Amino acid sequence: MKLSQPDRRGYFGNYGGRYVPETVLPALDELDRAYRAMRKDRAFRRELGGLLRDTVGRPTPLTRVLRFPDGKGKTAIPRSAKTRRRGRTETRMYLKREDLCHTGAHKINNTIGQVLLARRMGKRRVIAETGAGQHGVATATACALFGLKCTVYMGSEDVRRQAMNVYRMQLLGAEVVPVESGTRTLKDAINEAMRDWVTRIRDTYYCIGSVVGPHPYPLMVRDFQSVIGLEVKQQILKEEGRLPDLLVACVGGGSNAMGLFHPFLDTDVPMVGVEAGGRGRQPGRHGATLCHGQPGVLHGALSYLLQDAKGQVLATHSVSAGLDYPGVGPEHAFLKDSGRIRYTSVPDEAALEAFHRLSEMEGILPALESSHALAYALRVCGKSPGSVLVVNLSGRGDKDLDIAGGRL
Amino acid sequence: MTLSEKWAELRRRNEAGLVAYLMAGHPTLEKSFENMRTLAENGADFIEIGLPFSDPIADGPVIQEASNIGLANGADLDTVLAAARSMNGRVPLILMSYLNPLHRRGVNRVCRELKAAGFEGLIIPDLPADEAGQWSAACRKAGPDLIFLAAPTSPPDRLAKIAAASSGFVYCVSLTGTTGSRSAVAAGAEAFLRRMRGRTDKPLAVGFGVSTPEHVKRFSRLADGVIVGSRIVRAAAEGEDIAALVRSLKNATRHGARPKIRVRRGGPR
Repeated sequence: MKLSQPDRRGYFGNYGGRYVPETVLPALDELDRAYRAMRKDRAFRRELGGLLRDTVGRPTPLTRVLRFPDGKGKTAIPRSAKTRRRGRTETRMYLKREDLCHTGAHKINNTIGQVLLARRMGKRRVIAETGAGQHGVATATACALFGLKCTVYMGSEDVRRQAMNVYRMQLLGAEVVPVESGTRTLKDAINEAMRDWVTRIRDTYYCIGSVVGPHPYPLMVRDFQSVIGLEVKQQILKEEGRLPDLLVACVGGGSNAMGLFHPFLDTDVPMVGVEAGGRGRQPGRHGATLCHGQPGVLHGALSYLLQDAKGQVLATHSVSAGLDYPGVGPEHAFLKDSGRIRYTSVPDEAALEAFHRLSEMEGILPALESSHALAYALRVCGKSPGSVLVVNLSGRGDKDLDIAGGRL
Repeated sequence: MTLSEKWAELRRRNEAGLVAYLMAGHPTLEKSFENMRTLAENGADFIEIGLPFSDPIADGPVIQEASNIGLANGADLDTVLAAARSMNGRVPLILMSYLNPLHRRGVNRVCRELKAAGFEGLIIPDLPADEAGQWSAACRKAGPDLIFLAAPTSPPDRLAKIAAASSGFVYCVSLTGTTGSRSAVAAGAEAFLRRMRGRTDKPLAVGFGVSTPEHVKRFSRLADGVIVGSRIVRAAAEGEDIAALVRSLKNATRHGARPKIRVRRGGPR
């Protein structure tokens, strides 16, 4: 596995690149230069580390869950001699608690980094797109922290289903712009954010929320999120004395998954990315880009894409707004083709079941996005006794109460 | 007639070229191809046909809406190729398409098909010169001229690179923003054109926000061609008299034109 990905032009194997209008390219060059300088800058890394600790609340815990895997409502007696003995034959499941990050999801790891960079680049205005609203809230929070002006584009369908996050962004001082074009979801929010950026390219910083978009965004967002996997590595070694047997994370654009997976790429730990299976395999009924898509160009990068035979981008569906996206980060496309990571999907219903089960059995409300990873973990956890499994609980479920509650 | 033959003819006639844009399938399939003929018969020197795309990130509201309608009406690469063939080379045709529909078809195949149908130029707004290796090679081998966009934000080294890579003409974007009518020409557009002119002898056509005969007249003095898009698309949407519109735009290219002083590297000022 070649680890120095991407190359200088932003390619992970055949995927990535900078497929954007010419107007934007000089800004990408500027960003690339600034980011590379920043990566080497010790003072910046110290500042970021301090913010992650004191503002975000890192490191986040790695929580062993006992009742969730078997679902029998067994009383959890952690650490007794008995459970420890039994633990050797059962799957030992851990959750990486990104839900405990400030603002409730992993998104803030990235926005703190990018907004710091924006400030250093002298940009006064930050724009972002958001699906579930978590990236919007995280961007608005970082902007409030540094006194920058913040505008968030959000599909009007998502504005409807994630109303609480809209209100949160507004309270944080951000302007939320509902996007009425196309499918009125994340894809169209990105389109509109790019149009804004093209128009106000000189004073505006575009804070992309996932490992998507033109180079250097997939690299930069992955780097900022890698703190997840780095912590997991330390924590699991301390807890189990060895690396895990499986890592599981949900994949929409793919930032929480890249963050968990990347520090493990040079090991032989198996990893699974779980996409939104939605309501079925037919076009338009899911968001499983890597499972059902073909290579194509959207939002500045060549990657897998849900598209029809004519190259038009397909509508998607997922019960979770954060996975309701027809594209995926180019590094995931590369890792899929290379066979290093396996990608699968989980339907809406299974994700909702996992949502309720984690809530009832562990007292943790997971985001519907993360519930996809949990559902997959449930599917495999009985199959290899004694194995150690880590699931990225990328966010908390407070934003999803209306949707999940509606199905009680 | 190739693009360079057309530019030579325009130079002889001492006028700027009018590139008239329309969206395939908008307002209806039949009407869009009828409008194509109307534009050709009323003074458009080049016709730029937009292929609808689900995610037109470089376009403003007017062309976005037209793109949705075009898609809903079933306009695709095949209908556009058929329409191009029916024009029998009356005016040079240019296809404007986002990368993905072309990528899906396959680079070599699409270049061959476009050329065979009579397309002389190809504009891909989300394909900058840096990423165009394969496309440039395929177009050179068997395809139409591949036209790149230059932006006011492009630094000098990029402008030179774009000018070198671009074939047929260089598409100069007059402003930072998406396509669509603006009341005034962007401040800095003229300086940008002069900068560009200092770097290439290839024809320059200016677009984005060019909508009135006054804009056309003004740019006709600085560029070899002007591109009018959203204004014509809006006229098509509202059932305006397209023939009269394109005649008035074309007239402005004549009045404004005078013998051009070719500015060499280093330029005035």
